[in-house]
Amino acid sequence: MARRAEVAIIGGGIIGCATAYELARLGMTDVIVFEKNYLTAGSTGRCGAGVRQQWGLEMNVRLARGSCKILESLNEDLQYDGDIGFDQGGYLVLAFDDSQMEQFRKNVKLQNSLGTPSRTVSVDEAAEIVPHINTEPLVGATFCPEDGHADPFHTTMAYAEAARRLGVDIRTYTEVTDIEVEGDRIRGVHTDDEEFISCGMVLNAAGPYSGPVAQMAGVEIPVYSERHQILVTEPVNRYQKPMVISFQHGFYCQQTPHGSFILGLGDPSEPKGFNIETSWQFMEHVAHSVLSVLPPLADLRVVRQWSGLYNITPDAQPILGGVPGLQDYYMAVGFSGHGFMVGPMTARLMAQMMTGEDMDMDISMLDLGRFDRGELIHEPSVV
Amino acid sequence: MNEEEIIICRCEDITLADIRCMLQAGVDDVEEMKRLLRCGMGPCQGRTCRPLIMQEVASHRGVDLEDMKVPVFRPPFIPVKLGLLAEAYERRGEQDNGQTS
Repeated sequence: MARRAEVAIIGGGIIGCATAYELARLGMTDVIVFEKNYLTAGSTGRCGAGVRQQWGLEMNVRLARGSCKILESLNEDLQYDGDIGFDQGGYLVLAFDDSQMEQFRKNVKLQNSLGTPSRTVSVDEAAEIVPHINTEPLVGATFCPEDGHADPFHTTMAYAEAARRLGVDIRTYTEVTDIEVEGDRIRGVHTDDEEFISCGMVLNAAGPYSGPVAQMAGVEIPVYSERHQILVTEPVNRYQKPMVISFQHGFYCQQTPHGSFILGLGDPSEPKGFNIETSWQFMEHVAHSVLSVLPPLADLRVVRQWSGLYNITPDAQPILGGVPGLQDYYMAVGFSGHGFMVGPMTARLMAQMMTGEDMDMDISMLDLGRFDRGELIHEPSVV
Repeated sequence: MNEEEIIICRCEDITLADIRCMLQAGVDDVEEMKRLLRCGMGPCQGRTCRPLIMQEVASHRGVDLEDMKVPVFRPPFIPVKLGLLAEAYERRGEQDNGQTS
């Protein structure tokens, strides 16, 4: 196996695999992706799989909208034999009080100015879009018909296969144990099969483990990981097209094209850490919250629950870019729970940055230095 | 026997032909196969199909079954209605749940 690569990517999730593909597409095919487990085993394969353009910050709307556009033709563009399952049933974002609705109106105005076809809807309209919704506590909602969800496994696999066809080497069950730095440059990476691979550049795409991986290169980043839990029900005939989300309760609920419902809920008291066990308390809590808004789901049986890790930054926005004083080290980390949905666009931008190409959008405000400069970015619409 | 008529995963209708097709395509990892085919993700949660799939993968890779890592069995043990779970939450009361809804 090759002992040298132009680029070493650490992490075989959506960011790592998609960036590998985008690099190869730009002609940089001498790339190795290291994944310590199976592909998508970190955060990607555990995520809620939603893709929404309905954000409150221009940067997030553009990253998500760009990703949406990429996903729309990804099966064809990557010549994937399977199906990434991108289903644009829309996102219905619920408002339970006037101040929420006021913020949503501002968001919609911004989204529309960037081309996103979202709109505010009345309670009656919300009930037309999702007929089984309990309208009683609602004051309104917003809806974007282009939002939806995609299959995280197939999407990542589609990128991985396309990258492999272009010559990228993807090594699963291979853990990077150290990053060797000499002066202000990267020398290479060590792996758990006791191999040293010299490389020109490193991309930290390690999702929940981005902090420890950065430390290998002597870089401290202000991130932590936090467990978020999800459950899935038995499949039933499709009766809910859009993803329904409530910032008030912190839940999201979608019915996949396969028929099963996926329900997730954040817990504000969740401690920091790498715990990915599951709890019965979550199952009861999410059932209670979601049924208060979508009562007919009461008859569905839960078949499985699991959890995954958000990798969270002080402003819940990702850290994209390099580090001053250390050449050829890049990061695409800290997505704070929305890495999958901005992954395709982020990967394209990271590949452009790493190869010195013109970039499709300015992401300099997402650099690591913003925390020292006190230039935190506050997104009002995080679930 | 016709591989296309041998059902391996009853919940998701996955046949032996589907499994072998994945193996031929180079997917020889039980975890990845599960996520691509959904085998073992239905109501029985792989109680029937998992050993059968692991056997297929082991023989394809030429390794012993006992050397293979078994994917995690996730809760609940049997399917449970959301309505029952919500009732349990509400019976205990907000305070005992230690959370706000």
